[in-house]
Amino acid sequence: MSVRYLLGRVGLALLSLWGVTVLAFVVLRVIPGDPALLMAPVGASQADIAEIRAQFGLSGPIWLQYVAWVWGTVRGRFGKSLWLQQDAIRVILERLPATLELALAALVLAVAGGILLGVLSVLWRRTWFESATLGVGTLGLSIPNFIWGLLFIVFFGALLRWLPISGRIAPDFDMAPLTGFLLVDTLLRRDPGAFASVTAHLILPAAALALPLLAVVFRAVRSDLLTAVNEEYVVMERMKGLGELRIIFWRALKNALIPTTTLVGVQFGFLIGGTVLIEAIFSWPGIGQLTLAAFQYRDFPLIQGIVVVYAVTVILTNFLVDLGYAFLNPKVRYA
Amino acid sequence: MNTSEGGSAPLPTPPPEGCAGKASARTDASLLKRRNAKLVGGVVIGLVLCLAAVLAPWLTPHDPNRQDLSAIRRPPVWMGGAGDHPLGTDSLGRDLLSRLLWSSRVAVMVAVGATLCAAVIGTPVGLVSGYFRGRVDTVLMRVVDVWMSIPAVLLAIALMAVLGVGLLKVILAIVLVDWTRFARVIRGEVLALREREFVEASRAIGLGPFRIMAEELLPNLVPLLIVLASLEMAIAVGVEALLSFVGLGVEAAVPSWGSMIAEGRGYLLVGWWGMTLPMLALVVTVVGFNLLGEGLRERLDPRLRTEAAR
Amino acid sequence: MLLQVKDLTVRYGGHLAVWEAGFTLGEGEVLGLVGESGAGKSTIGRALLRLVPEPGRIVSGAITFKGRDLLGLPEAELRALRGAEITLIPQDPLAALNPAFRIGLQATDALAIHRGLSRREAEGVMARLLARMGIPDPEDALRRYPHELSGGMRQRVLIAIAFSCGPSLLVADEPTTSLDVTTQAQILRLLDGLRSETGVATCFITHDLGVVAHLTHRVAILYAGCLVEQAPTDRILAAPLHPYTRALVRSLPLDGIMPALQGPPQACPFSDRCPERMAICDTAHPPLKSVGAGHQVACHLY
Repeated sequence: MSVRYLLGRVGLALLSLWGVTVLAFVVLRVIPGDPALLMAPVGASQADIAEIRAQFGLSGPIWLQYVAWVWGTVRGRFGKSLWLQQDAIRVILERLPATLELALAALVLAVAGGILLGVLSVLWRRTWFESATLGVGTLGLSIPNFIWGLLFIVFFGALLRWLPISGRIAPDFDMAPLTGFLLVDTLLRRDPGAFASVTAHLILPAAALALPLLAVVFRAVRSDLLTAVNEEYVVMERMKGLGELRIIFWRALKNALIPTTTLVGVQFGFLIGGTVLIEAIFSWPGIGQLTLAAFQYRDFPLIQGIVVVYAVTVILTNFLVDLGYAFLNPKVRYA
Repeated sequence: MNTSEGGSAPLPTPPPEGCAGKASARTDASLLKRRNAKLVGGVVIGLVLCLAAVLAPWLTPHDPNRQDLSAIRRPPVWMGGAGDHPLGTDSLGRDLLSRLLWSSRVAVMVAVGATLCAAVIGTPVGLVSGYFRGRVDTVLMRVVDVWMSIPAVLLAIALMAVLGVGLLKVILAIVLVDWTRFARVIRGEVLALREREFVEASRAIGLGPFRIMAEELLPNLVPLLIVLASLEMAIAVGVEALLSFVGLGVEAAVPSWGSMIAEGRGYLLVGWWGMTLPMLALVVTVVGFNLLGEGLRERLDPRLRTEAAR
Repeated sequence: MLLQVKDLTVRYGGHLAVWEAGFTLGEGEVLGLVGESGAGKSTIGRALLRLVPEPGRIVSGAITFKGRDLLGLPEAELRALRGAEITLIPQDPLAALNPAFRIGLQATDALAIHRGLSRREAEGVMARLLARMGIPDPEDALRRYPHELSGGMRQRVLIAIAFSCGPSLLVADEPTTSLDVTTQAQILRLLDGLRSETGVATCFITHDLGVVAHLTHRVAILYAGCLVEQAPTDRILAAPLHPYTRALVRSLPLDGIMPALQGPPQACPFSDRCPERMAICDTAHPPLKSVGAGHQVACHLY
């Protein structure tokens, strides 16, 4: 892979990170009213308020404030959460694995499901199956993921009672977290019952989170495959005697995946954003659940920390996706 | 002795022998029907929505905010409820039918308002970026990239927390979050369009860039804009519902499907209609706008060179 | 008779690409299928492999290969034939190779599927074959991606693929049209050499009579999906009977364009451009008639 390409991607990532710090900085100071006043407890004296101002870097010339803010951010110091009375960064990092696990599970579901449906809808084109998947595609795309979450809760949770609808694991399991990624932890502790419980709890929220992205992947893969199956190289592969399924899945798909990768990268940002509501609905103990409360309590340290952590996740993901794209596409890889 | 047509122009790859159009199986009658069905469905839903929104004050039997604590959580008519509340009531005794209809006004206002503003902001950026390319394009697109690094939902919630609740603020938040979509897609289309002859011709005559953008490029962007607008309206309605659901949307006094869903969720096990009916209204609306957008896109496709990707 | 085609008709949605075409091919024979763009020759070639692209469909007729009815064959048995017994050399070598995979993988497919060779063994065989095709460093070529090779090299790879399992029937679909003139000559020489060495029966599709003159035993001329004349090559070049063939052979200019059949022809498709047009040409479709010495023509003049 060309060094230029790599440097370009790194540059973009760094630029985005910087942009986010600016945005987060600006948001705090754009609020109507004096932030220090808002953060001060009732009946605070001028001295207390001044102290809060100093503590949160709200005094002094603006550019100095910004430098202090960036310096703090880089070291992960966002200050103390007002609401939880703990270091904001500690609170966030504690809950981060839960959100990451959910997001990754959703990503895997979305990509795998989208590809599978796309391949099958092309393999079985012009049958009822294709029409059905197209309908699912439209629904998945249009309906907001929190609605899917609520629907799943009503249907699978309340009505059918097949799957649990809150938390990460059944309360009867006593899990002292190792990595924080419960799927991994339960495997490490060789506890199949716990593993099953974690998986069951993961299914509904991950599915709700995944649906919009699944629909996007499905559409993209399908559209690319439909063009591919009429291409000359596919005709040649049929000529050589390869079967249709093999052609679509192992040969045409790789071509279709290349543009799909970039698409997934862009859409992943939406997926991450979706964790805010999905975690709230499913009582999932991740950063998403923290977010709404943080905003409602105007807990600025926490808010800033959350925004930065979310943004970093998205930027990192995009960067990795760009690398993946370059790896998959031989024309870029050997440029 | 070469008696073929001039030159050694290669034959087009399959289907070669004069077959109409691309090698696409999509000329079946059933698919044309499906395409039209989407459009029809979308238009019908859109019309019903607009009618509901406009006629709400006349159609509603009750004041949507009038509480009646003696008639809380009444079921709809077909489940044993009284006729004066055809769709039942919520936890504060407010009539659900009236609230549903009044919520459609919010939905329409948000959809139209946010889409118009996002288009007004995003289109010029896309035009300028796509037309001038080079450094202007790089800078503008970097801004867009950075803007898009912050997850949309998060940004929307943050903005509403900062601005406070209210319909106009919701519209503002949605616009700030989603204008980048217009910018990106329009830029893509302009990049393709600017290579066409009529643009070359205009440049040769000596027309300035802004005149070219306004008089030549913009009219050609109209079909794409229409498609984008429909899809954007779906997104706007969805985001508004999301914000109202968490209490960071429209004012408490204004009925909205999002807040109705949140409210209805509270007594879900006692009465499903409180949450399900507004969810149904929301789903139908959002799907309707999407069908409209997709139907339009398929109809206008031959004239679009690039896909109005989501 | 290795191959027998009878009354083959192929439809693409609203129009007929091929109408009741019929010919035979014996072992080791080379038949040239000649016609302009859109005449139906490529469609016939692909129909022999049942690879007519969507939305085209073979609607009637019979194709018999080594006594087996190809049109009635189940897909699995057909797949066993394709790539081994019947192969295709395509027209556009760049489009015909999957851009996301290395040449080595694509070139060894046929051997792996039909001869059960491991990829490694197959690569060895292909390397030797590629060397015979005139590719200087075969092992390197196998490691590359299609976009890294030149047009001529790609076409040699495709030819090698077509010959790798020793086919009995080869369909060459305008194999040199997308190449430059020098390379064209090389490839044609290569093909001719391979063909006479292996004795494979060939259906050579082209729009260029010049190519046909040197490489084929018999020629069939196609016009608007209909076979209008068929004869041994030297006969057709020396004494063409059909007015269209005459125009081709003698480089005579023709006004107008070739029509596209919408349904079964009610008249001679060439009538509006024919210098020898008669009244009957507009009302009845001329059947293919034998005029002796293996020469057939579909024209009201005879």
